Amino acid sequence: MSKIYDLLIIGAGPGGLAAGIYGSRAKLSTAVLDKNAEPGGQASTTDEMENYPGFYNGTTGPGIMKEFADHAKSFGTEFLRGTVDEVDFTGPVKKVHTQQGDTYESKVVVLSPGATPRKINVKGEAELRGKGVSYCATCDADFFVDLDVVVVGNGDAAIEEAMYLTKFAETVTIIVIHEEGNLDCNKASAEKAMKNPKLKWVWNSTVEEIAGDELVEKVVLKNINTGELTDLETNGVFVFIGTEPHTDFLKGKVELDDRGYLVANDMMETNVPGVYAVGDARVKYLRQVVTAAADGAIAASAAEKYLSELETLQNDVLDVSNKKPVILAFWAPQVEESIDSIAAVDKIVEEKNGAVELVKLDTYRAKKTATQYKVTQIPTIILFKDGKDVARIEGVKNITSSAVENLLKESVEV
Amino acid sequence: MMEHLTKENFEDTISNSKGLVMVDFFSPKCVPCMALMPDVEKLSDDKSDVATFYAFDTTGNMRMAMKQKVMGIPAYLFYKDGEKVATLGKEILEDKGMAAVTAKLDELTV
Repeated sequence: MSKIYDLLIIGAGPGGLAAGIYGSRAKLSTAVLDKNAEPGGQASTTDEMENYPGFYNGTTGPGIMKEFADHAKSFGTEFLRGTVDEVDFTGPVKKVHTQQGDTYESKVVVLSPGATPRKINVKGEAELRGKGVSYCATCDADFFVDLDVVVVGNGDAAIEEAMYLTKFAETVTIIVIHEEGNLDCNKASAEKAMKNPKLKWVWNSTVEEIAGDELVEKVVLKNINTGELTDLETNGVFVFIGTEPHTDFLKGKVELDDRGYLVANDMMETNVPGVYAVGDARVKYLRQVVTAAADGAIAASAAEKYLSELETLQNDVLDVSNKKPVILAFWAPQVEESIDSIAAVDKIVEEKNGAVELVKLDTYRAKKTATQYKVTQIPTIILFKDGKDVARIEGVKNITSSAVENLLKESVEV
Repeated sequence: MMEHLTKENFEDTISNSKGLVMVDFFSPKCVPCMALMPDVEKLSDDKSDVATFYAFDTTGNMRMAMKQKVMGIPAYLFYKDGEKVATLGKEILEDKGMAAVTAKLDELTV
């Protein structure tokens, strides 16, 4: 039987690597699974990285991602290779299968699948990919030395990559859907771009078609105000219109929104217990290295709590080899009356000389278990027999000595 | 270990080749190319009986790449007895990874 990890992270982008750092530092057995040999995800494909706090002197995407990976390794994170094609999250131990034929098992899975470039979905785009249509300036800029290219999009990535392309191409024409002068990118980049003499602009326009015989020869532009179509000769089309989540393999396994993004709460929990989602593939406001890293830290920390709850519950309450009944008591240090109430229960249990066991849970720390057993009042005590909850008493008023004695008498001393 | 072709010997090597040949068009600056390179190396070992494998660094060799109608990398080109029979590019980028390359090799082998 293969090893069961505490924490298996799918995707070695900044979110996954940060989860790896936090997980392995918390002594969880942690592995990061990625399809690529080099970690870093999308952040590795951008040369310019000017907004990760603390790194501003010529830090590159691949550079900072290597630091993340080395950091995770230093705490003992394992790195695994494989492209995930199938997951099974139904049981307490999650299974992850890869195209390469490996199956990995883990108590917790952190999904960090990232996103891939969004396509414009026009005629010619798919056919001419790698033949003039590109989504990666650092990969393909060299091909366009002394040639003409267009850039589609006007967000941060589009404008920054367009400026990078001016170092290679003869002309770089940016196709912008907005009115003249309006760009979605940050102001600093916009000002820099407007002053760049090698950049040309086409406003109020979208690309309707990409055409060429074997290699890109032209784009057909549409003016969105007039509907007028015009041809623009070009050798290359660089598309930077955002990303789409890489979540096809997760359809039907965890909750996705209608655009395919993973839905997670502020603890990065998905709708499946023990499965977390971080990074660009998650529904969120800002998709950056710094927010992905934050997601990863939160997920690993939430996962650690989940695992320790799971362990307590499994070993101390649900383990059926333990024939003794168990009282699971939900209290909270913040709820003063619950302290006395549970102390009283403790006393009664002690008097039974080991015939009954008591497990105390801080309700706010063990939210998962509290939710699982529908605990709505603090304190609440639940009696377990043979791993099943058979009776409960809720609220300080009802947890009286006689009520507890009754509970034990009815359910235990048969 | 795959042999690296240069712009000087590319055309001669390919046109004189017999059987199935695969060329990995890459550049050290292309992160996805470099990420896939270990897989291609492994593939070239595993499938050395069915095809000959070469790598071609496009840096400074753009003209030769464009002559092969390659204008984006990573790209994997397949030749049979010196004739180009297939190009894989977008399939790789669309995340089908090495599975797409292996499938194409198998398809061309039969």
